[in-house]
Amino acid sequence: MKSFFETALLVSFKDIRVETRSWEMVSTTLFFAASCVLVFSFAFVREGRPIDGAAAGIIWIAVAFSGTLALGRAFERERYQDAMRGLLMAPVQRSALFLGKLLGIILLMAVVEAVVVLFVAFTFQISLFLYPGYLFLLLATGTVGFATVGTLFAAMLLRTSSRGVLLPILLYPVTFPVLIAGVGGTVALFQGQPNLDLARFWIALLVFFDAVFITLALWTFEPVMTE
Amino acid sequence: MKSKAFGGLLAIAAVMFVGAPILISGAPTESTMGLVQKIFYFHVPSWIVMFLAVFICGFSSAIYLFKERPAADRLAVASAELAVLFGLMGLMTGPLWAIKAWGVWWQWDARLTMALILELIFIAYILLRTYGGPGSEKLAAGLALFGMANVPFVYISVNVWRTIHPTTNVVPTLSSSAPGMFGPFVWCMVAFLVLFVAMLTARLRLEEQRSRLERLHLALEG
Amino acid sequence: MFDFDHLTIDDVSRYYGRRRALSHVSLELQPGELVGLLGPNGAGKSTLLAVLATLIRPSSGRVIYGNYSGSRSTSALRESIGFLSHDLQLYAELTARENLEFFAGLYGLDNPSERATSALSRAGLGRRENDVVESYSRGMRQKLALERTLLHDPRLILLDEPFTGLDEMATVALTDRLLNLKKSGCMVLVATHDLDIAEGFVDRSVMLRNGKMVELEGEFGSLRKRYRATLLQDN
Repeated sequence: MKSFFETALLVSFKDIRVETRSWEMVSTTLFFAASCVLVFSFAFVREGRPIDGAAAGIIWIAVAFSGTLALGRAFERERYQDAMRGLLMAPVQRSALFLGKLLGIILLMAVVEAVVVLFVAFTFQISLFLYPGYLFLLLATGTVGFATVGTLFAAMLLRTSSRGVLLPILLYPVTFPVLIAGVGGTVALFQGQPNLDLARFWIALLVFFDAVFITLALWTFEPVMTE
Repeated sequence: MKSKAFGGLLAIAAVMFVGAPILISGAPTESTMGLVQKIFYFHVPSWIVMFLAVFICGFSSAIYLFKERPAADRLAVASAELAVLFGLMGLMTGPLWAIKAWGVWWQWDARLTMALILELIFIAYILLRTYGGPGSEKLAAGLALFGMANVPFVYISVNVWRTIHPTTNVVPTLSSSAPGMFGPFVWCMVAFLVLFVAMLTARLRLEEQRSRLERLHLALEG
Repeated sequence: MFDFDHLTIDDVSRYYGRRRALSHVSLELQPGELVGLLGPNGAGKSTLLAVLATLIRPSSGRVIYGNYSGSRSTSALRESIGFLSHDLQLYAELTARENLEFFAGLYGLDNPSERATSALSRAGLGRRENDVVESYSRGMRQKLALERTLLHDPRLILLDEPFTGLDEMATVALTDRLLNLKKSGCMVLVATHDLDIAEGFVDRSVMLRNGKMVELEGEFGSLRKRYRATLLQDN
């Protein structure tokens, strides 16, 4: 029998391999995220100058929206041909399957975020190299939190009708703290006089959020996936 | 027995709500805010009851998820609906106060925002149960559990978010009350709690009847 | 490895609100038995198989695997169960070999690539092992999916319409395979519409109708006749 982490990695590698065949999810999600950035830029840039804090907000909106799309698509693949049941039948801890899917989603979101951040930094003239470490931690912890809740909800909605619209309805309210913290921390880093204490506070809050919700998700995955 | 309890509770709640305005008008008027402040006798208890409902829903959802007791699921759906209802009361009274006191309906007050987020989570719960099709009870239980676990995070994040853009607290706090306000407040608090329990009892009974009806239906067909 | 040699389905019911998917189903499977599960569409065959596969929990009643009747499905138990649903649970973007090696890895089997090779040759897919499953016909996918189900030598084999899309040769190969498994003590439950095939090789047949298990009419006569008679009985 496979160990917990071996199982999770096996599932993640399978997802990566499937994705590399077509690159469909990466390319569509990236394009969607870029469009998001543009849409919100048109809303928040007046006379060629962005509204205060717009850049930070736009990054996280693009992350949230494109992340939701990616989650839906990722689980559509498991729905096709009932593949999820094939995974659930395996003699492994079912929560390891959750972790495997989560790692794949985080990887995808990381790729998209890297591009989004560069794109926003470019169009909004933000120096990313002032505090890259903080920015990275903020994005990392925020992504993990969003992806954790998202992966669990997307998995549990797998067999539900109206799952397309129900996913964002369930996901956004529960991840508001992540978005608040993410935007708050990013604003603190991007502003004229960066407020590192505040950024550290938000990162700490996100770390707690991640710890609590990863635990909760691992715990509830099996009961929620058994009909 | 349950229906007697409901009737009795409802009667008590009715009496208390009739008596409430008398007590409230008798309470001292707050100096700075005047008559409008009195809305908080209804506003704060709405919140407290909403929170109570949220935690009841969260805990019974956890029990349903892990122990699969149908009674736990019934309690979860009943308390979720009441959380939405009492939350709505709070979300309506808050802005009513704000428009009179400050001239704006909404100022992203920390507690109102937090309540709005929780309200959305439990509206999502109801939407999931309504449109999710068969088997959505378990999924909704997962959502409720996550929602309950989220409460401290929502509280902290919204509060800190608000202090960055400081404005005075739009909705009054209890701490600024004079002793004469305490009595009527407790009266209203108890009235709301009694109303909550009465409605919960009624809703639970409805759910139990529905369950029983389903079982009979199945037995008949079988 | 948790092994069991007989299976008892004890008064299992499964309801979704008012919809009754399974109603008081009881059945016993002995080692080396090959049982056909018949019934019209929507009778509950797929639900029953999913319950036995531990994917769905019964609303009431229980399933006893040997002596184990715990309600929690354990990973050890799943080592001994092979389940093939009507949707084949394959990854269309991966090749046949990749699919098999992934599942072999997931099931913790040693020598995943060798097992994949022998499975592929048994299915006659050796030449196309590096083609993606998307390019396969239904029959080829069915054969591959079957190999995936049997990869870990399960004790209890649950098959939902395994003959779909198979040509004559493949059908014979499958029935032979199942008969061999039966001889080695496995329990096989096959849900199928194809009565002629079922007649040829099952030990006995049971029928589900509206979620209930019904006795097949008549003692003699072909399976098809008896099945039809039962269907018409209460109409």
